Amino acid sequence: MKDFTFLGSPASTNHLQNAQDFIGFATLPEQVHRKSVKRGFDFTLMVVGESGLGKSTLINSLFLTDLYKERKVPTGESLVEKTVSIEKKTIEIEERGVKLRLTVVDTPGFGDAVNCEEGWKAVERYVDEQFNKFFQDESGLNRKNIQDHRVHCCLYFVPPYGHGLRQMDVEFMRRLHRKVNIVPVIAKSDTLTKAEIHKLKTNILNDIENNKIKIYQFPECDSDEDEDFKQQDRELKASIPFAVIGSNCVIEVAGKKMRGRQYPWGIVEVENSAHCDFVKLRTMLISTHMQDMKEVTQDVHYENFRAQCISQMQVAMKERNKLKRESAANFDQVGDADKLLQQKDEEIRRMQEMLSQMQEKLKESGKDPAAALCLEPGKRDSVVNV
Amino acid sequence: MRTYHQSTRRDLNCLKSDMVIKGRSGLGKSTFVNTLFKATVARRKSGEEEPLPSTTEVKTVSSSLSEGGVRLNLTITDTPGFGDHINNENCWEPIVSYIEAQYGRYLQEEQKVDRLLHIPDTRIHCCVYFIPPTGHSLSSLDVEVLQRLDKIVNVVPVVAKADTLTLEERAAFKERIRADLSDHAIKVYPLQEYEDLDDAPENMKIRERLPFAVVGSTTWHEIHGKKLLGRRSNWGLVEVENKSHNDFAYMRDMLIRTHMQDLIGSTAERHYENFRRARLSTKTTSKVNIVNGQDTDHMEDLNESKI
Repeated sequence: MKDFTFLGSPASTNHLQNAQDFIGFATLPEQVHRKSVKRGFDFTLMVVGESGLGKSTLINSLFLTDLYKERKVPTGESLVEKTVSIEKKTIEIEERGVKLRLTVVDTPGFGDAVNCEEGWKAVERYVDEQFNKFFQDESGLNRKNIQDHRVHCCLYFVPPYGHGLRQMDVEFMRRLHRKVNIVPVIAKSDTLTKAEIHKLKTNILNDIENNKIKIYQFPECDSDEDEDFKQQDRELKASIPFAVIGSNCVIEVAGKKMRGRQYPWGIVEVENSAHCDFVKLRTMLISTHMQDMKEVTQDVHYENFRAQCISQMQVAMKERNKLKRESAANFDQVGDADKLLQQKDEEIRRMQEMLSQMQEKLKESGKDPAAALCLEPGKRDSVVNV
Repeated sequence: MRTYHQSTRRDLNCLKSDMVIKGRSGLGKSTFVNTLFKATVARRKSGEEEPLPSTTEVKTVSSSLSEGGVRLNLTITDTPGFGDHINNENCWEPIVSYIEAQYGRYLQEEQKVDRLLHIPDTRIHCCVYFIPPTGHSLSSLDVEVLQRLDKIVNVVPVVAKADTLTLEERAAFKERIRADLSDHAIKVYPLQEYEDLDDAPENMKIRERLPFAVVGSTTWHEIHGKKLLGRRSNWGLVEVENKSHNDFAYMRDMLIRTHMQDLIGSTAERHYENFRRARLSTKTTSKVNIVNGQDTDHMEDLNESKI
């Protein structure tokens, strides 16, 4: 699907229809569009940050929903022995006929304990689990209904009270920047004046660079995009990390209803780009780069994980062969990786048997060989390449 | 016999106040102190020029302020590195031992045979604890630290950077903090049990307003010809001294204009006496048993004073 290039708008193809060398595949984009709209899109967003930074409020503002209706804010007592837990919430939203299945992964308890060393471990484990599950599903026999629960984007909330990234922020990012797209945001940014925001952003970017952390990078726009889009893209890039504000209440300003926060000294509007970068975050996250983040997760983070997994399996296999050679009857030490390998071997064998059976049948009946192609394992099948 | 005038003059002239400011970095503690005393008392840490201390440090800055013939020797103790680490267990220990060391020093001086008429008072009179404005409740670290501090020093909890919260959020947050404080039996200043009947109504009002939600600033802005201290953003100006914007004015009145003497007095009468009692009773038991060799110098002092 990714290989199709958009040749032209539907309107332009009509006049081509009467030309002699018109084939008709210029309508492919529409077909793709229709099919994907029917299937719907899914996106998994993880939010990480200390409690009280406005994560839930921001999610509600971003997706104009109330994901956290039944929420009870934890009291001081219950926070004392807290460990990090992972909570998933899925909602289906629709806009102009396009369906989005949004999963928000929350991490309550992160950064709340007195000793926060275990904070990122729970998150890392969850991300690895999702990758692992996808890996297993992809290598399995029945691949029709693979559910993609991999985390496509991680919004990391940096508190506005500090002078840059704290130790905990740096540690978290260092451990997860190769597994998930990290987008740092400055929470509750209405605490800060414009100058303070600028200083904090500079400090955060310096900290990120000094610690060699790779946050999610916007891809460069194509050279054939128009100037407005390029300008917008430049502005977006210059505002990272985004200083955001969220709000659950709708207030009325000059006759218009909008989300905002009312103070005795003024009203902060969430969607006003002079007040905060909320609109920029929403544009980037939803309008322009959602698909790119999914692709980066698939092509970069997941492939890294897969390569790591496979090389571990290869190492385990070498160990196993060594063991076999050294002590013939010592099969008690078959570990988990070995079991997996054995399963894969079995599967390969069975598939190859099935294949050979099919091919025989086809030779006999003399049917279209193209039908046999769809049964052949695809190019990306990891098992065959091992 | 000293006359009333002489004694007040002497006491007022030698007013000494010690304050400890605690809270994680970036909560505006130094700005707050500068705003409170209208002078650059605390030096602001700018950026990462200084590396993060590996344990909580205790830094003191002393300055002498003068107003209307009254001199005030103010000492501010700051605690950089508190709560900034990944593992914050025992980050309160340096602070607790610092406070107790000041009491210890006073005790030592008091017990000398040949002691000064006016013992230099380095005891901490007030501890201002900054709570980050999360809007939820006290964090586990806050609870742990406050439980240890309220027994040894007067604690005044403060919600830092209060311009993050709207008025409703602020009221809800304060209520939850008050509930958390009573759940964990944390007693903050002013204490109900030790107050005079005259002060009761005023203290009641103060207690209802606790913790104070403050905004600090040292920049002056001009609005309609008036000069105001405040923070300017795109949507308005947060005025520091405006009582409808934040509780800074209430807190300043309490700390400086009305309750300063009470803070000093209660430290001397209550916290210090508790410390002294505890310290002396352990010493007498150890003197009887002569088991452990701790406080040998204090034991000598005790012996000396008995001679």
